[in-house]
Amino acid sequence: MIANLFFDLFSAILLGSAVMVVSSRNPVHSVLFLILCFINAAILFLSAGAEFLALVLVVVYVGAVAVLFMFVVMMLDVDFSELREGVQRYAPIGAAVGLVLFVELAFVMVNWVVAPAASGLRLLPTPDNMTNTAALGSVLYTKYIFLFQLAGAILLVSMIGAIVLTLRDRKRGKTQNIDVQHARMPADTLSMVNAKLGEGAELPTEKEGAL
Amino acid sequence: MQIALSHYLVVAGLLLVIGIFGIFMNRKNIIIIMISIELILLAANLNFVAFSGALHDLVGQVFTMFVLTVAAAEAAIGLAILVIYFRNRGSIEVEDVTLMKG
Repeated sequence: MIANLFFDLFSAILLGSAVMVVSSRNPVHSVLFLILCFINAAILFLSAGAEFLALVLVVVYVGAVAVLFMFVVMMLDVDFSELREGVQRYAPIGAAVGLVLFVELAFVMVNWVVAPAASGLRLLPTPDNMTNTAALGSVLYTKYIFLFQLAGAILLVSMIGAIVLTLRDRKRGKTQNIDVQHARMPADTLSMVNAKLGEGAELPTEKEGAL
Repeated sequence: MQIALSHYLVVAGLLLVIGIFGIFMNRKNIIIIMISIELILLAANLNFVAFSGALHDLVGQVFTMFVLTVAAAEAAIGLAILVIYFRNRGSIEVEDVTLMKG
């Protein structure tokens, strides 16, 4: 009873903040509501018995992805009110598509039963004598080790990709140009002048790029 | 106490619909579109976890973990592309992205 009450409460907050995410005027508010959304989804994960994933959702999504979105929203100097134009035009289409989709999903869900043989087809029945984290680790590092490594490779590639994409050489620092220094000959820079008494020497004009 | 599977399915379905509605509603703002994609993936993850809990099968949670990984990578790459696009064009309007239209 009380579990159902809390489930309803948190799912109501989840859906309400999801609506605020898509309808908020300010993208910063959108990202903040996204964080609220993720936290409530994590609570729903907890109530479904996935403790580890609930905490991973908070750590990874709230701690990394939402902060990344926040960085980008605040870094880009964009007039966001300009981007809100046409919302009135697109909202009815979006609402119609969403309604159709939800009605379809409802048709699927009505008269839907779990097959009696379904429990026999389970790939990895949840062990009873283990915590959720231990159970996940015991399959993730054995049965799914290759997929796990592949996930790590995907993260590595995405990290390198993001760095390569956004890195730019600003030519700001004063670095040595070794080739130019090595190619420098004494004749380029040094000249012996026989200065006459009282007249001095004519200074040669400085060459471009000579270091 | 176990919460019925259908409750989770309704919540996840509504979350999916809200995400798709967000994509249609904010056609110009690519940041909100990406956030909506995150919402849709969250709905899918909620379904996986709910089924995993209801059927006592651990595979759903393992799969959710990989979905989280790929979603995080996708967000990072997408935002990097967005940043360099903004740097080059000074705008992030989706409707302006017609360079390759021919």
